[in-house]
Amino acid sequence: MRISPKHSQRIAVTVMWAIAGLTLAVLAFIISYILWHGLRHITWTFLTEPPQSMGREGGVLPMIVGTLWVTGLAVLIAAPVGIAAAIYLTEYTREGRMTAIIRFGADCLAGIPSIIFGLFGFVFFVITLGMGFSILSGALTLALMVLPTIIRTSEEAIRAVPKSYRDVSFGLGSTRWQMVTWVVLRSALPGICTGVVLSIGRSISETAAVMLTAGSAMGFPHSIFESSRTLSLHFYILSREGISMSNAYATASVLILSILGINLFAYWLMRRFVAKAV
Amino acid sequence: MTTALTQTVGLTRPKTTRFNANPIIRIVLMLLALSAMSGLAIITLFIFKEGVPIIAKVGFRHFLFSSNWYPLEGEFGIFSMIMGSLAVTAGAMVVGMVFGLGCAILLTQFCPPRWVSIIKPAIELLAGIPSVVYGFIGVAILVPFIRDYLGGPGLSVLASSIVLGVMTLPTITSISVDALQAVPRTYGEGSIALGATEWQTTYMVILKAARSGIVAAVILGMGRAIGETMAVIMVAGNTLDVPHSILDPVRTLTSNIALEMGYAAGDHRKALFATGVTLFVIIMILNTIALTVSRRRSKGKVLAK
Repeated sequence: MRISPKHSQRIAVTVMWAIAGLTLAVLAFIISYILWHGLRHITWTFLTEPPQSMGREGGVLPMIVGTLWVTGLAVLIAAPVGIAAAIYLTEYTREGRMTAIIRFGADCLAGIPSIIFGLFGFVFFVITLGMGFSILSGALTLALMVLPTIIRTSEEAIRAVPKSYRDVSFGLGSTRWQMVTWVVLRSALPGICTGVVLSIGRSISETAAVMLTAGSAMGFPHSIFESSRTLSLHFYILSREGISMSNAYATASVLILSILGINLFAYWLMRRFVAKAV
Repeated sequence: MTTALTQTVGLTRPKTTRFNANPIIRIVLMLLALSAMSGLAIITLFIFKEGVPIIAKVGFRHFLFSSNWYPLEGEFGIFSMIMGSLAVTAGAMVVGMVFGLGCAILLTQFCPPRWVSIIKPAIELLAGIPSVVYGFIGVAILVPFIRDYLGGPGLSVLASSIVLGVMTLPTITSISVDALQAVPRTYGEGSIALGATEWQTTYMVILKAARSGIVAAVILGMGRAIGETMAVIMVAGNTLDVPHSILDPVRTLTSNIALEMGYAAGDHRKALFATGVTLFVIIMILNTIALTVSRRRSKGKVLAK
């Protein structure tokens, strides 16, 4: 029996809606499952106290601080470099061998799995440079990891700035650098920020790379040269070793909530950017 | 043009002997722009420097094609892990392709804009969820389900494939969406004008025109799946046998590194770096294929994320 084109159209569209529906359902399920089990364990003391007996009791304050340090430092290192690279690619050079090399490097770096970054960070920062398991080692490794994202999103944002802005700026007698900093970067800012915010999200969720570079010490980190366990690694250890399910769920909830917040913020920034560009 | 204009108007820049910073800025920016490339180079250098000597010591053939991994006795063969990674990745691609492509086609062809603005951010959010959370959900829900209804230990190729499939879905969707949107609108309009239905247009014309971009999307998704670590450790079971069915537990290249790195020393640690070298080579091959496939069509265009 042949199915008529009209029927096959209807079947195909139904199947695709089902697929998309299932995808959304999976997302909703993951988020609600974690929050359902975890939210009630998040208390003020959980957020403001150090863990006791390997995380069986107590809170996650050192992990929150450690995560903030590692993530903040990583983005602080990667953002200026990435934005500079994007400025170079868009404003200071023509398409050629140089841009091809830069793009190839960024594209390949983006595809490298986090465990390889972890191995590299371990042998290079931790051992060769003698930084030991520390926040600094972890942050440098993550910075390298999020660099391609920042380069690419910044480049797209800068390219979206209308050419007329640049002409007007030159017409008023500005130098190239003045044009870049006062005109282009200013109007590309929301787009660039979106990339940076998404990189923050990626750094927070990363586990494999920080496990091999920042270590898993549970103490409160007093400087960037100390080892510190991040939230995601803490969650991994709690759940995998079955130390405390309630604390694992609570930690996961903190993670999920921060990722949700970050993504919403990035989405808001992006919409603002698009609204402005049009 | 600017100089011509200033000359005619009679305005010139004040002729002070100001220091021209432009070339210096250009060079500094160029050096910073090369950071990604130098990062890649230094990563390659260090991973290979640590890993290659032990491959040479064990023997290239033996390292790749022996399933005996007994670090304490100095036996390093990663065949079972290569098979594990391949099995898990193949399974993930089935799930990721069906769901990722399905979402991409829906988003570009059939979805009203109001729904696009809901589904698209949701899929991006899916990409933001930490891999440990995926692994955890896999262990809490999927593994017991497979154990109870399909048999086996639950920790299996199947469980890892599903988890990894969901994790690679955002990559496949976002790149495929870009590829589908890059197809000129006239192609679709021409097909509709010839009397084809929207679905016939989609799979006969648009999918065909966007083929190379979709292939790139799937290959990059494959790279994601083969490189994923934490989620796989939690759901794959990590035994050292070559899997015979999708219900068997496996160990992947990535989980081998992450599981043993904590206590490995000496040759054992070097062998883990050698596992990393193998993974690295696989990923670079996949990346290069994806880059060339997608560059061939859209010359000079940046590969979208």
